[in-house]
Amino acid sequence: MSSVSNLLVIGNGPVGHKFLEALVQSGKADDYKVTIFGEEPHAAYDRVQLTAWFETRDAKDINMVPDGFYNDNGFTLYTNDKITRIDRIRSVVTSEQGVEVYFDKIVLATGSYPFVPPVLGHDRENTFVYRTIEDLEAITAAAQKGKVGAVIGGGLLGLEAAKALKDLGLETHVIEFAPRLMAVQVDDGGGAMLRKKIEDLGVSVHTQKNTQQICDGENTCHKMIFADGQELETDLLVFSAGIRPRDELARNTGLGMGARGGVVINNNCQSSDPNIYAIGEVALWDNRIYGLIAPGSAMAQAAVDHMTGTGDSEFAGADMSTKLKLMGVDVASIGDAHGNTPNCRAYTYVNDREEIYKKIVVSEDDKHLLGAVLIGDAAEYGSLLQFMLNKMELPPEPEGLILPQVEGHSTGIGVDALPDSAQLCSCMNVSKADVVSVVEAGAATIADIKDSTNAATGCGGCAALITQVLNAELEKLGVEVNRDLCEHFAYTRQDLYNIIRVEKIKTFEELLEKHGSGLGCDICKPTIGSLLASCWNEYILEKPLQGLQDTNDYFLGNIQKDGTYSIVPRIAGGEITADKLIVLGEIAKKYNLYTKITGGQRIDLFGARSEQLPIIWKELVSEGFESGHAYGKSMRTCKSCVGSTWCRYGVQDSVAMAIMLENRYKGLRAPHKLKMAVSGCTRECAEAQSKDVGVIATEKGWNLYVCGNGGMKPRHADLFASDIDDATLIKTIDRFFMFYIRTADRLQRTSVWMNNMEGGLEYLKSVIIDDKLGLCEELENDMSRIVGTYQCEWKTTTEDPKKVECFNHFINSDASDDNVVFVKEREQIRPIKKTERENLIAVG
Amino acid sequence: MSKWINICHLDDIPANTGRCALLNKEQIAIFHINDGEKRIYAVSNYCPFSEANIISRGIVGNLGDKTVVASPLYKQHFELTTGECLEDENVTIKIYPVRLDGDTVQLAA
Repeated sequence: MSSVSNLLVIGNGPVGHKFLEALVQSGKADDYKVTIFGEEPHAAYDRVQLTAWFETRDAKDINMVPDGFYNDNGFTLYTNDKITRIDRIRSVVTSEQGVEVYFDKIVLATGSYPFVPPVLGHDRENTFVYRTIEDLEAITAAAQKGKVGAVIGGGLLGLEAAKALKDLGLETHVIEFAPRLMAVQVDDGGGAMLRKKIEDLGVSVHTQKNTQQICDGENTCHKMIFADGQELETDLLVFSAGIRPRDELARNTGLGMGARGGVVINNNCQSSDPNIYAIGEVALWDNRIYGLIAPGSAMAQAAVDHMTGTGDSEFAGADMSTKLKLMGVDVASIGDAHGNTPNCRAYTYVNDREEIYKKIVVSEDDKHLLGAVLIGDAAEYGSLLQFMLNKMELPPEPEGLILPQVEGHSTGIGVDALPDSAQLCSCMNVSKADVVSVVEAGAATIADIKDSTNAATGCGGCAALITQVLNAELEKLGVEVNRDLCEHFAYTRQDLYNIIRVEKIKTFEELLEKHGSGLGCDICKPTIGSLLASCWNEYILEKPLQGLQDTNDYFLGNIQKDGTYSIVPRIAGGEITADKLIVLGEIAKKYNLYTKITGGQRIDLFGARSEQLPIIWKELVSEGFESGHAYGKSMRTCKSCVGSTWCRYGVQDSVAMAIMLENRYKGLRAPHKLKMAVSGCTRECAEAQSKDVGVIATEKGWNLYVCGNGGMKPRHADLFASDIDDATLIKTIDRFFMFYIRTADRLQRTSVWMNNMEGGLEYLKSVIIDDKLGLCEELENDMSRIVGTYQCEWKTTTEDPKKVECFNHFINSDASDDNVVFVKEREQIRPIKKTERENLIAVG
Repeated sequence: MSKWINICHLDDIPANTGRCALLNKEQIAIFHINDGEKRIYAVSNYCPFSEANIISRGIVGNLGDKTVVASPLYKQHFELTTGECLEDENVTIKIYPVRLDGDTVQLAA
């Protein structure tokens, strides 16, 4: 039996957390009694996503720790407390709050702190750093009292901070000492293009500025005085001038340190004391601090491998290539971006119209890639990185790699040439071999690969490359990806959409005769019923269409387990008058229906027998209600909060917007159900980011989010457009819905559609916002035709005695289904349970 | 010797849908299929998986050479000529004799 040793993890940032995850994965976590100390109030969160916190102000959104992670693994976490002393003789640590913990092993993951240059006035009020949620909260509070913000430091984090200030509505300035932005990662040409793009976004950039003093401003809180004599007035100031390792604990306990700080580690991430490991930004390897997440993760893995003996990975330095999106601008830097290698050659492509800059640095003989800079379009990042990391031979005329591609000619990487060890996704450390093995095990879509390997779920920069590997592997396996709808139609849903449109097909029979075979089935009939509705928007119980509908659409209600249906009248935006509430109550009472409030802010009436449906709906329609389409693969509701009308925080009238949107899209049939919501401010009470289309009010207009989902597989919606006005919002949603309806698979929610989309969010934006495919006018026209031909299906149905007849349970009797029996529970009806029914028969 | 009972006119069951008839306290799902040729089938309306009387509300079609209805609740397929469930060979629903007398649908009493 192995004994349990005490393992102490000091620091609960992203790298400390990666260590814990790797420990759990090693299967050896039970060999350790793990105690974790974090000085922040939150459990580990993804600092890289800190700017995203601004969108929601909810720490949960960037949380890295799954529910129950610490408990399930028997880990003890102390938050809000930090270790102040390591006693290596007694093997005990002491915390600020007086907690003492014995240790056998320590992992130092204390990270770094932001460096604040010691200029005069650096410690004035309203000066900040950009590192923790608390820093951001302080900045947010200060921004409400000011108009101007400045960031000292034009590096990666400085630009992130500038985006945050911009989003807070401040006039924003970036002050950089070097002659260009992101001086470490990009060259002069790239820096110039980046500057242009950042300035286009309304941020002022000041380079070659050496701040000498910060003093009282005349119109604002501060005045910055630069070495060249110029001045800048600002209300708040954020320092982002680099990081320093948080190594005071290690220093005080006598571990080996670098001359400029950092805990010296070996390839196993051990410090000079073999029982103390150091990982992440506190660690110094080969005289170098690694301030990126990927090397930190690699160190965490190396430490786990060494400590548990379950692996043999070592930390041997890391490639610092990086790709990111700064204020919506793609920026990537690979290897020797500055061309410092002797005798290297460079090739550059500059496009001033689209503001794109690309440069590759190659070896003297043109055979190998040494580095690259990409600004404005970083699509080639994945393949360029592979060329460099795997030392693959470049194609002749390597400049073709960054030139715009002529249709049909790909100069990208041949994925077959990639070695199995090639790391395709650096965020999640997924190799080509990993992808190949899940494809062999049955993964057939990019969504499958994301699910099983997490690849492409970080920055997403590798998605295109992984898709290429996927397709190549599927082809090798001889897997013909059969996307036929079913045995009756050898077409995809998208193909059928196009056929129906082009040939103006109005019925299933016509489509089957021209393009299908057999009788059809419960797959193709509802799908084609939905397509016909999306294209022509005719009454769905019209004779030739009636037999295509699933029971929910046939009975215009949601079938329940006992064969009764539920009734959901539309309550647009969740707004309803007292009189209408009374009508619903009276009707529920009259027909003895079970009532429940839905998640979509409506009222659901359960327990209606099929023959009661037209009778109840006739009453509802006469009282001014209409179908809520709760039964269809169609637009359901647009949830809202009360917004600026009542709420002291609201900035726009979210209810009016929600009602307008719900009424616009009501009845729209789609590959799956569609949900919407509108929130009146960033507090997001309507939970718009869990909807297919979410709208959140801003001071200047609306932010539009798309492809969110609640339910079984929650997905946070992606921000699609910011600060847009009403007309742009509607136009964008029109296009978005119609493009989804055209291109999604059957029963594919927008979230999965997005996960499967090659090119992802950026591609979707290029189609919907930039109109890359030249489709937008058509999409808008399609939507406007559907909006213009709306009818309440229930009104039409109740007016047609022939249709009403079809709701009778029996064709030859007025009797009801005697199998439907209700009992009372909590003063309402519910279906009888099987056991109760047996008793009933025994008694009866 | 069975007697044929008139149930309804064929047009009362829209083509390629089903309706339920009541005969001798039994619920019978009758399907009208028309792919150029009129056909009529009758099976039990009771779905043994959901324990509800809803088979008549299923979508009809074919899987391979079998003419089937899909239960509207959990989508199991039943072959209309035999009552056999395609997903579970141990489950069969009852089938009933049915015929067309001109355009009148008849069940055997």
